[in-house]
Amino acid sequence: MSLTQALFYLLAGVITLSTGMAVTRKQPVHAVVYLVVSFFATAVLFALLGAPLVAVLQIMIPAGAVMVLFLFIIILLGREAPKPRDDSAMRWALPGILAIITVAAGLMLIASPQHQTIPLAMAKASARELGTYLYRHYWPAVEGISVLFFVALAGAMFLVREFKPKPDAQNEEPKP
Amino acid sequence: MTAPLEHILALALVLFALGAFCALARRNLIMILLGVEIMLNACCVALVGASLKWQAPDGQAFTLILMALGAAEAAVGLALFVHARKRTGTLDAASYSSMKG
Repeated sequence: MSLTQALFYLLAGVITLSTGMAVTRKQPVHAVVYLVVSFFATAVLFALLGAPLVAVLQIMIPAGAVMVLFLFIIILLGREAPKPRDDSAMRWALPGILAIITVAAGLMLIASPQHQTIPLAMAKASARELGTYLYRHYWPAVEGISVLFFVALAGAMFLVREFKPKPDAQNEEPKP
Repeated sequence: MTAPLEHILALALVLFALGAFCALARRNLIMILLGVEIMLNACCVALVGASLKWQAPDGQAFTLILMALGAAEAAVGLALFVHARKRTGTLDAASYSSMKG
């Protein structure tokens, strides 16, 4: 097993462990910090799989911007009063069973003997190649993403504007 | 040499299942959105692995688009949570029960 192959399994272990820790934490802050570790390890994995631009953007966007946004929102909203809730095992059991069955089925499919597992050769798509390819073949998608961001900005500003009840609700009586 | 595509897909499958479990089992809205982010991340892993397998940059281009989608989704989702928290005073998904039939 070469060094890069060993690195893949090491990174896969780190990603799985930190994501598993993230989904089981009680406090959302701890979950978000574990997820930052997971996304960072995913970025290193992307660099290993020959995608340096995707790796850099993975650190900047999901691990940086989105997770910091999550942290800010958690800090902004503060903690709410704990409510009595059923911490029965059943609430976790059904989703857990569904997830385990799905993973087991998928792993059996992947491990079925008609696939021969050949290690992939190392390759690298440079940032220039990827950017040129993206803008040459997928420029409508890039334009669509820009429109999507604008709509998301408008939607977010609409949602968080100051909520007050209608000022003249009572003197707006239907006129005969 | 890196790992075979099957192992990359297995990693993506495990990550996706963890994210789906998080979105299904947790009650806190923030944790549900985190589960969705984990699932998007699993898709990114599978796409980059397939991009390496077939030596085509399409998978990486899709990954960039998917990251932008995830960022927009998180922004709108979190704004919605701020709105919901202001209106109802809670982020517990089980307490939004006014549409119970």
